[in-house]
Amino acid sequence: MISREEVEHMARLARLRLEETEVESLQDELSRVMEYVGCLRELDLAGVPVTVNAVNVSNIFRPDDEGPCLSREEVFANAPAVERGHFLVPRIG
Amino acid sequence: MHRQLSADISWSRVLDRGPALDVYHLTAHECRRLLTEGEASSEELTRLFLNRIAGADRQVQAFLHVAEEEALAQARVADAKSPEERRPWEGVPIALKDALCTKGMETTCGSRILKGYIPPYDGTVVRLLRDAGLVILGKLNMDEFAMGSSTENSAYQVTRNPWDLDRVPGGSSGGSAAAVAAAETPWSLGSDTGGSIRQPASLCGVVGMKPTYGAVSRWGLIAYASSLDQIGPLARTVQDAAALLSLIAVRDPLDQTSLGLPRPLRVPGIVQEGVSADALAGQERSASAVPTPAPDDPLSLKGIRFGYIKEYLGDICEPGVQRAFANNLETIESLGGTCVEVSLPSVKQAVAAYCIIAQAECSANLARFDGVRYGYRATDAADLLEMYTRTRGEGFGAEVKRRIVIGTYVLSSGHYDTHYTQAQRMRTVIIRDFQQAFSGVDLLMSPTSPTVAFRLGERMADPLAMYLSDLCTSPVNLAGLPGLSMPGGFADGLPVGLQIIGPHFSEQLMLDAAYAVEQALNVSVRPAPVAGGAVDGAAAADAEVTP
Repeated sequence: MISREEVEHMARLARLRLEETEVESLQDELSRVMEYVGCLRELDLAGVPVTVNAVNVSNIFRPDDEGPCLSREEVFANAPAVERGHFLVPRIG
Repeated sequence: MHRQLSADISWSRVLDRGPALDVYHLTAHECRRLLTEGEASSEELTRLFLNRIAGADRQVQAFLHVAEEEALAQARVADAKSPEERRPWEGVPIALKDALCTKGMETTCGSRILKGYIPPYDGTVVRLLRDAGLVILGKLNMDEFAMGSSTENSAYQVTRNPWDLDRVPGGSSGGSAAAVAAAETPWSLGSDTGGSIRQPASLCGVVGMKPTYGAVSRWGLIAYASSLDQIGPLARTVQDAAALLSLIAVRDPLDQTSLGLPRPLRVPGIVQEGVSADALAGQERSASAVPTPAPDDPLSLKGIRFGYIKEYLGDICEPGVQRAFANNLETIESLGGTCVEVSLPSVKQAVAAYCIIAQAECSANLARFDGVRYGYRATDAADLLEMYTRTRGEGFGAEVKRRIVIGTYVLSSGHYDTHYTQAQRMRTVIIRDFQQAFSGVDLLMSPTSPTVAFRLGERMADPLAMYLSDLCTSPVNLAGLPGLSMPGGFADGLPVGLQIIGPHFSEQLMLDAAYAVEQALNVSVRPAPVAGGAVDGAAAADAEVTP
């Protein structure tokens, strides 16, 4: 069983505020999902390499050239708050 | 009796010419023929589909956003050109999953956290479609951030299955599948991370294809799990799916994992001469100049070896699905294909590996939604940290939060090796199993979904039951293979999908085979809902629910 503290810890790591009821239901759901995926832990896969990407491509480079990019106006158009050419956020810390 | 839409709409009234035709017969190829032969203008076709949306979508709820003005403007651009100037698919309407960024058109990914977001750029596939002159009708509903198998996780609305309005369309590309099935668009784009194109295609009775990982650029697709995500077509026929894939399968410098296809795609069953020659749209963009030669007989499967996956036989699938699949095997053999049983022992653990990998990647990808640069921001936060946590807590829905927490858990210190690394090793085992299988057969087959469309709400209380909807599809993503779902028959009046899986970059062979099966089964063009015949009169544009 996943503890309440573990769920709260994950939520803190993920920068996610959870309501009291959400913590409770997540504790139960996370426990059930982890129990289900637990079947993997019993397999002996020592020595099997990991797969990160199933269609292997590597070292795909492009020329390091200047190209067109979005204007400041376009970039800021969706921002919740902007001031003098910067994203504005609440007090830090 | 299922609740169904009536199949209605006389478009002779809209076009004011020719005999009444059923809107369901307006495949993309048929739209293109009408445009090429001057029988309809793009504006007429666009209005026809907009009318259909206005009527049918009140029940189906597939569209999050209908771009009426932009669509009509684009259609008029196409109509202003001479037939010689017009590109092959110019003026043909399409609709897009809302996970695809569309410049100047709201893109929410089904999430409250992106409400009102207007992308400043087009995703690569969107740009390719605009370059080809297609008319974008609007954006389609989906599970929030593509996380789900029923489209019920959308923050905005519940999309219904056009075959039975009390059932789900599947997901996460449920809007994309339902809109095609309800003839609100000839074709659409979706995205597939663990089955999100194929499973809704199966449940809605349409064709859907997840290409080989890397065949299509993911630039401008809002990411769920980047090592699994792939964009692909949904359509009512295999030919349409092939043509749409040929338009978007392009190597793109903006996505370093993108490769395009090694050869241009040939649309199956079309003789490469005369008007049909430019069925090879997109040819100029491919690495090789010529497609693989067409089979001598496009209706034959002679010489093709099919493997049916042993692990998906029996009680894993409900009886109606088993019967349809058995019937599909008989059809394939009757067309000259050989069918043998193939074992993929690791698929049993694949859903577990998929859960871990997809959710780990999602927890990382969704870190970008922080209320700073775009999207929803919680108001009146005392400091930055509170702004982050409340923005995300209020902006994300329950399933997204669940997956972020699971993903964070399997990546966290102490769990990383036992869960995440182990799942990545399992991924290698799954790939090896598929390689082994493909050493003996050309293509693999299974039911796409263990069940037909389930009832709205039925699986919402049980996340695990929902995850198991992807039982037959998610191993394909883990291995990066192409997978296609096509209508394979019906069970209790609801569509059953046949899944075809091929080796990497075997899209042409898969589409050729699917075309032969489709022609033999003759179920693809069967309209959803079943009620046939055009209803006369302009009022017919309003679809009615029959009891």
